[in-house]
Amino acid sequence: MSQSYDRGLVEDFGRWAEFSAGMWAWVFHKFTGWVLIGYLFTHIAVLSTAIEGPALYTNTLQGLEALAIVRFMEVGLLAVAVFHILNGIRLLFVDLGVGLDAQDKSFYASLVLTGAITVASVPTFLAGL
Amino acid sequence: MSTHVPESESESETGAPEQTEEQIPAAQQRRLAKKQERSDQREQRAESESETDEQTVHLKVFRYDPEVESKSRPRFDDFHIPFKKGMTVLDALIYSRDHYDSSLTFRHSCRQAICGSDALFINGAQRLGCQTQVSDLDDPVRIEPLPHQEVVKDLVVDMEHFYEQMDAVDPYFRDEDVPSGLEEQNQTRENREKIKMSTRCIWCGACTSSCNIAAGGNYLGPAAINKAYRFAMDDRESDALQQERFETIEQENGVWRCQTQFSCTNVCPKDIPLTEHIQELKREAVKSNLKFW
Repeated sequence: MSQSYDRGLVEDFGRWAEFSAGMWAWVFHKFTGWVLIGYLFTHIAVLSTAIEGPALYTNTLQGLEALAIVRFMEVGLLAVAVFHILNGIRLLFVDLGVGLDAQDKSFYASLVLTGAITVASVPTFLAGL
Repeated sequence: MSTHVPESESESETGAPEQTEEQIPAAQQRRLAKKQERSDQREQRAESESETDEQTVHLKVFRYDPEVESKSRPRFDDFHIPFKKGMTVLDALIYSRDHYDSSLTFRHSCRQAICGSDALFINGAQRLGCQTQVSDLDDPVRIEPLPHQEVVKDLVVDMEHFYEQMDAVDPYFRDEDVPSGLEEQNQTRENREKIKMSTRCIWCGACTSSCNIAAGGNYLGPAAINKAYRFAMDDRESDALQQERFETIEQENGVWRCQTQFSCTNVCPKDIPLTEHIQELKREAVKSNLKFW
């Protein structure tokens, strides 16, 4: 064999349309996990303003909460956290060998439940805008 | 008159060798000519039927050949072939090779989903060419080599890494497990049922190809872990050897790299519950390491 061809990752990403439920669950779980890690850094940055005194901390929080985009991002954050938790529970059952045949259904159930909780949270998060 | 025998007939009855030798080839030639004529008629009939029915299959086949300059850049070739009831993707490829392009390269052998040599990426999924009916696929049928393995030529991929991973789990009973003399090596029915599905693996590599985690890394992959499961769960293997197997599959590149995508289980042409087996091995690995009792 003199030479061979490596099709590489670019062609891998091109296959997203063929992903099945388990694969989408994996993609979403990774994505939501990274978003939550990113949020933790932001969260710590906001909390650290308390070091400079209660006034700065209060002003920072009030300033952020006054922005519509922050309120919408909080809704998104809730969606991300809820899906990650539900899929985490799903994976726990998979690890225990429970409901392996229904792994796709449990993924869809996680999505539906996430959607329902997110929609229900909208009035609370966007109140007073 | 009645006793008169023509000269030629009498000679033939006597079996003159010079005439028999001439007559036999002539008769054979006539038979061959008729056979050829019938064969031509059949082909013409088949062609006219396929033309009138207009049932053709459109194949888009991945092509690559590093030794031919015009094919050294991968591309897709189109083949339009007459459809026949019961035609598999492998049949379609063979037809394309025999009638249009003899350089089209792909692996195949048993044609009955046992040898595992014709695993291909067909319409976005890893499938066996001989097991996949063309009628079950959307047109055009897109045929590519297995992903995550380097392409050697056209639809042929380099399986060396896959075989190395399979060999890494010692996929066989070792000598010390075999009883001496004529003693039978018994296995319970329950144990046979437990490992039954895992014994069906045909080493086609479809599962490992579908696994993103196995791509490009040293992860053993679902096929090798399933093979380890087949022996680790077998009652006939001694405890010491079973422990050795667990040491192999518990390593960094063993069962813990599985991220439960279920891709392997979805594509397995033999319906082996690969993810289930991997998860069970994970649990067994935990049990063997955590000794609270």
